Amino acid sequence: MRLSISNRRAALKGCATLIAVTVAGITLAAQTIQINGAGATFPNPIYSKWFDEYGKAHSNIRINYQSVGSGAGIRQIQAQTVFFGATDGPMTNEQLQQAPGKILHFPTVLGAVVPVYNIPNVTAELKFSGPVLADIFLGKVTRWNDAAIAKLNPGVTLPPTDITVVHRSDGSGTTYIWVDYLSKTSPEFLKKVGVNTAVNWPTGVGGKGNEGVSGLVRQTPGSFGYVELIYALQNKIAYGSVENMAGESVKASVQSVTAAANEAASKMPADFRVSITNAPGKGVYPISSFTWLLMYESPKDKAQAKAMVDFMKWALSDGQKYCGDLGYAPLPESVVKLELAALAKVRSS
Amino acid sequence: MSEPLQASPLSVMWRKALSSAFVAFCAASVVIALVPLGFVLFFVVTQGMRAVNLPFFLQLPKPVGEAGGGMANAIVGTLLVSGLAALMAIPIGIGSGIYMSEYSGTRVASLIRFAADTLNGVPSIVIGVFAYGVAVLPFKQFSALAGGFALGMMMIPIIARTTEELLLLVPESMREGALALGATRARAVFSVVVPAALPGIITGIVLALARIAGETAPLLFTSFNNRFFNTDLRQPISTLTVQVFTYAISPYDDWHRQAWAGALVLVTIVLVCSLLARFATRRLERMQARG
Amino acid sequence: MMRKDLGFRLGTGLFGAVLLAIVCAIGYELVRQSMASIQKFGLAFWRTDVWDPVAGQFGALPFIWGTLYSSIVALAISTPIALGIAVFISELCPAWLRQPLVFLTELLAAIPSIVYGLWGIFVLVPAVRALEAATPQSLRQLPLFSGPPLGVGMLSAAVILAVMVIPFSSSVSREVLKSVPAAQREAAYALGATRFEAIRAALFYARTGIVGAVMLGFGRALGETMAVTMVIGNNPKVSLSLFAPQYTMAAVIANEFTEAADELYLAALVEIGLVLFVITLLVNSLSRLLIWSMARTAKQTMTAEPTPAAAAA
Repeated sequence: MRLSISNRRAALKGCATLIAVTVAGITLAAQTIQINGAGATFPNPIYSKWFDEYGKAHSNIRINYQSVGSGAGIRQIQAQTVFFGATDGPMTNEQLQQAPGKILHFPTVLGAVVPVYNIPNVTAELKFSGPVLADIFLGKVTRWNDAAIAKLNPGVTLPPTDITVVHRSDGSGTTYIWVDYLSKTSPEFLKKVGVNTAVNWPTGVGGKGNEGVSGLVRQTPGSFGYVELIYALQNKIAYGSVENMAGESVKASVQSVTAAANEAASKMPADFRVSITNAPGKGVYPISSFTWLLMYESPKDKAQAKAMVDFMKWALSDGQKYCGDLGYAPLPESVVKLELAALAKVRSS
Repeated sequence: MSEPLQASPLSVMWRKALSSAFVAFCAASVVIALVPLGFVLFFVVTQGMRAVNLPFFLQLPKPVGEAGGGMANAIVGTLLVSGLAALMAIPIGIGSGIYMSEYSGTRVASLIRFAADTLNGVPSIVIGVFAYGVAVLPFKQFSALAGGFALGMMMIPIIARTTEELLLLVPESMREGALALGATRARAVFSVVVPAALPGIITGIVLALARIAGETAPLLFTSFNNRFFNTDLRQPISTLTVQVFTYAISPYDDWHRQAWAGALVLVTIVLVCSLLARFATRRLERMQARG
Repeated sequence: MMRKDLGFRLGTGLFGAVLLAIVCAIGYELVRQSMASIQKFGLAFWRTDVWDPVAGQFGALPFIWGTLYSSIVALAISTPIALGIAVFISELCPAWLRQPLVFLTELLAAIPSIVYGLWGIFVLVPAVRALEAATPQSLRQLPLFSGPPLGVGMLSAAVILAVMVIPFSSSVSREVLKSVPAAQREAAYALGATRFEAIRAALFYARTGIVGAVMLGFGRALGETMAVTMVIGNNPKVSLSLFAPQYTMAAVIANEFTEAADELYLAALVEIGLVLFVITLLVNSLSRLLIWSMARTAKQTMTAEPTPAAAAA
């Protein structure tokens, strides 16, 4: 008898504490605005910097961004389980139709996807071209000392090691940018693989997120993958240059990515969905892309909408100065102007 | 002592040798199985100790690429989500366990037992898929509640079966004594039988908690993850397991170190719970031997 | 009095009903959400080996193959070891060693899957990579060992699964061995058997239960997600090679579920979850049936003749 009474009391106390914590949590939450977003791993380094800096200046706004891949970002915004999504592969018309409301695309930064490799004893910077990259990812070129690679890199001794292709195992905008470029330069790739955030890879190992691919390439000798530039820089993984439309071998950098965007800036469509891979011009890095934030035009939660619109205004102006350090290119001025006008469309009140 | 009939010394030697080899094999298999255990614990402890420091327990994660930061929010999150799971699973588990033990021979009880064993065997990823469809999509929200729901479902069968087995162990005489004194079934069970089995039931709950505290898969689609501290149960929440996973597959060395530290915390929680359970079981056995 | 008892029965029965309802709900939800895929692909889903989200072609064969292959190899590695442990703890080891050993095997089971995965990525995979690289060229020609030495792949997955399954198979085997009546062993010793022969007799007696215990471990291996997804390479291609990166049903759901952006893709993934659910249900039910039938036979034998209560192992 005694046992059950004291146990009963303990149980009641435990329940009371839990209820108190919950109520406290909910009331506390009522004062801060928490906004959940998910999507591309491509811009995760700069987004996490932005949300951190913005949060320091506006302590009642917490933007929780989870880097789970563009595919997940698109899906979650369609299901409305997050307030905003992020993707580097713009949503297709079918995907936009599946959403319960109109979704707007807002470019945030420009970035580059670079070919990363891990070849033991090779420290030289390798040069690649679109068709060669396509052949490697199609599984037609299987060794590092293949003639096709050697032709582009005279003077570099390449070992006969097998090439281990590393691609994304999750739905990825980075993949989208990569296969978009390969499909533009190799008709066979377009036919066999196609362009999407998740494709049927003919060969290779899958890593989760830009993080997963970088991790695999770092640890696997002979491997070859594709990641967003900052992941190669931050993890000191060797990355190669790519031949652009003008025939130059260009390495990804803020300048070469900006050059790629300048062409597109003048012809920006109203919904901002544009591909700038394989752009013509000098000094252009051919595997560049915008990355977009996705928001509903009329979101249900007005407080979150207002907070996000204010954040976007900050990101498009002050936020752009963080780009260079992290290897992203800031948006061209003309694009920023168009976006600020488009932001007014979001119904935040 | 007479010799065994028709046993040639050679065949006896062979049989003895075979027996010794077998014994050696069994002993060796114990060693082989314990080697990975030792390996894993060794790495978790050595790598984890390097990264475990006060900031780890007190700070939030830093932005991508910046060194430092901690997993304070993840630790709190794991405690909250496990607590929610327990809150959901304990009534259902104990209630079902009581029914299965009191009405043990009936078909309904057998059906419930089958359901409990089935639920126990459902892969955690399938539970995650189910919880996403039922607790996330309709509310259009990843939340700690959904995570607690998913983990709670995994705890229920463990608690139910443990409760049933322990209640069945309580001597029938106790139950009959209470009933003979005029108690209703309910009174007999709750005031006499359950308290007698209570230490074991609590052990079962502790072990179930230890098991789900280490689950990752169901949380991927339910509680999602959160960079910040969160006590609002309707929002996504960070948990140790998901955070360790995110850090482990990343390329940043600093995150790898923190992943090991998170693993150390997880293993410590599990170890403490297991030791507690062992201790409680031994006390229970001693109590039962006495009475 | 009767009404109060009815209240009690209904009250506790309600909780039991909730448990039952949960299991039914899981089955129902899985079928409902995978309807689009079931209707489109039908039975061909189980034998198509193309997984192409772009073209909308989904086939579960690579994942079924990967799951079965990894679990069977894991079973092959773990079963002798698990049985050896079970026999050692229940028959051969000195009494003072028993509790610590039982505790240690339980600890092996209690370590979270994610911790195994972490250890797998940073310790096991490089070791397996070194092992694969050191395989002699002659063996490399065989389809079983073909392919570049990546480290991530079927072999790493099978090893990690084996480690995780050992404590399950061994603890259930131990329980099964405990229920073998002492008379069986005593009779063997009385006839002059060596330790091995007496234990072999006990094992033979308990064979149904042991098969059940092994199957329980198999069921566990089938559903394991995190540790496998971190070391298997995530490549949906059917391959005989132990070195090849492959994919399991649980791993593909974990990787692709949150991003399946169209109805058919999502339905296909849920259908894989349904397949996993059904397979584990069958394996676990069968294993429990075997263990239960063996325990029943043992109980019948025991009640037929008085045996000393000191048979507690």
